Amino acid sequence: MKAPLTTPPGSAKRTFTTISGVPVEPCYGPEHLGNLDPARDLGEPGRFPYTRGIHESMYRGKLWTMRQFSGFATPEETNRRYHYLLEQGQTGLSVAFDLPTLMGYDADHMLAEGEVGKCGVAISSLEDMETLFRGIPLGDVTVSMTINSPAAVVWAMYLAVAEKQGVDWKQLSGTIQNDILKEYIAQKEYIYPPRPSMRLVTDTIEFSARHTPRFNPISISGYHIREAGSTAVQELAFTLRDGIEYVEWALERGLAVDEFSPRLSFFFNAHNDFFEEIAKYRAARKIWAYTMRDRFGAKDERSLKLRFHAQTAGCSLTWQQPYNNIVRTTIQALAAVLGGCQSLHTNSLDEAYALPGEHAVTIALRTQQVIAYESGVTAAPDPLGGSYFLERLTLDSEVAAQDYIRRIDEMGGMIAAIEKNFPQREIANASYQYQQAVERGEKRIVGVNAFASDREEPIEILQIDRGAQVHQAGKLATLRQKRDNMRVRACLDALKRTAEGDGNTMPDILDAVRAYATLGEICEALRAVFGSYQETSLV
Amino acid sequence: MAAPIRVLVAKPGLDGHDRGAKVIARALRDAGMEVIYTGLRQTPEMIVSAALQEDVQVIGLSILSGAHNAIVPRVLELLREKQMGDVRVVVGGIIPDEDAAELKRQGVAAVFQPGASLEEIVGFIRSSVAA
Repeated sequence: MKAPLTTPPGSAKRTFTTISGVPVEPCYGPEHLGNLDPARDLGEPGRFPYTRGIHESMYRGKLWTMRQFSGFATPEETNRRYHYLLEQGQTGLSVAFDLPTLMGYDADHMLAEGEVGKCGVAISSLEDMETLFRGIPLGDVTVSMTINSPAAVVWAMYLAVAEKQGVDWKQLSGTIQNDILKEYIAQKEYIYPPRPSMRLVTDTIEFSARHTPRFNPISISGYHIREAGSTAVQELAFTLRDGIEYVEWALERGLAVDEFSPRLSFFFNAHNDFFEEIAKYRAARKIWAYTMRDRFGAKDERSLKLRFHAQTAGCSLTWQQPYNNIVRTTIQALAAVLGGCQSLHTNSLDEAYALPGEHAVTIALRTQQVIAYESGVTAAPDPLGGSYFLERLTLDSEVAAQDYIRRIDEMGGMIAAIEKNFPQREIANASYQYQQAVERGEKRIVGVNAFASDREEPIEILQIDRGAQVHQAGKLATLRQKRDNMRVRACLDALKRTAEGDGNTMPDILDAVRAYATLGEICEALRAVFGSYQETSLV
Repeated sequence: MAAPIRVLVAKPGLDGHDRGAKVIARALRDAGMEVIYTGLRQTPEMIVSAALQEDVQVIGLSILSGAHNAIVPRVLELLREKQMGDVRVVVGGIIPDEDAAELKRQGVAAVFQPGASLEEIVGFIRSSVAA
């Protein structure tokens, strides 16, 4: 496992770059600020263009939401973990679904073999969703759900659980990820081709604007783009260009820009390179504010403010010397906080191995609590604003991202760019260059290609056995027996007819879910109309 | 000069995280091997049939989802059924030590866990095919 070092530890390096390969100069001073105009480029915290943060008092007024992404095995087991996390002081929930659910297959589907409950919780029907949120009042807890291609279906299940709990949809607060573009670009959990997928996303944005005023129908995500190996600038640029695409589709649908834009939310990675990350978040807010105002004519201040969730970088965690991951996560979380995030997930030390165990996830939550309550960084908004280095990095990130956005505009938008494999190729190149730099020892990873150790401290690993699959398949068999199958069939037929036309599919999806049609059945009905997508694999 | 080593890099299961598979495919190609990348969501049947058709000496499976204990034994079984027992199977991804040992016992030539270097993987494939 141990790679030789090209330069011994402790020696000065010849060149300095960020983790993304951006050169860093020996020292930064006023001369590096060029023509930075504080009024135009920074603004005060809570004021346009929000470079310094979207709230005047930032964390003095309200801390970020501590939201640990969590889900494993059966809805019963995950429900117990949610109760535990809420008891430990976590302030919001975030649901991780397993791969069959993410791909729109029921737990008893042939392709689900070996995957049920492994990467998250298995949800195949409204019944599973009821179990998942048993004893959790949806009117009081904000819930984020990481679901994309089948997002409309899972969201409909959530809305149906709220109905059963007697909670008014207008009180519901939370987020569905629902960002299909980054699936084609990076994470690859797509079902349908891009255009019908975008129609489904637009259906949920429209439905949300009308019925769930406090719910975020989308979380436009750079996280997965970065995990796939992109640079910080690529993450920034592709995410914001995805955001532009969603706005254009909603406008095309006939929505007014200020009707839906306040509920668009974002999700960024918090990687190792401390200042580069903070610069990325600041540049993101600035670019979005100017884009919404000048490109789309948004007037509502809430449409201009980029709100974001951050998660520390899973891809930075190492299998070797896993306790070091606590330190990496702390540095990354601090960058997210200094960059003004609205909510944060901190990874657990064991996540290079498996889904986190309870002890590891508690340390990860405590990491946020130490930053929030002990470090003092919450006392002043944007405390690093004005740093010569940070302001230069922020300006450079903005210029480089705007250049990508312009190139994608010239290609005809993000779908056209995806069809040309443009973002995919840029990310693959960046990822390969990074790996080669690691291989040559130019980029050091403690415990992997530097300071490796033969003695590994053992850690506890959460094991998911085949029991979850058997349990879920058994429940599905019973459900398929006891429900009104005539009603299910009628609902699925109605949905197909709507999908063939151009009406909003959400009301039909809701009806199907209420009748206990399964996730797999609903996705299959849509697949029959929309077809499925296969990417051209490129290496 | 000997003919280049032919490798099939495959991504089985539902997982779409293909960063590792793509980096490995490129590194093997840069090392002079002929690499066929299957793309995503391949069943064991599709993988073995591609291996037969492409006449590869090595199959590299990239699995990060925890489904390796369901997928890898099936690939090995199909290879035996088709008298392709001489094709080396290497696995990369998130494979716990005890599972790695069991997979090797069943016939996997090597398991590369997170942090393995490209040099190490290229070197193993070269010496394994030469042997």
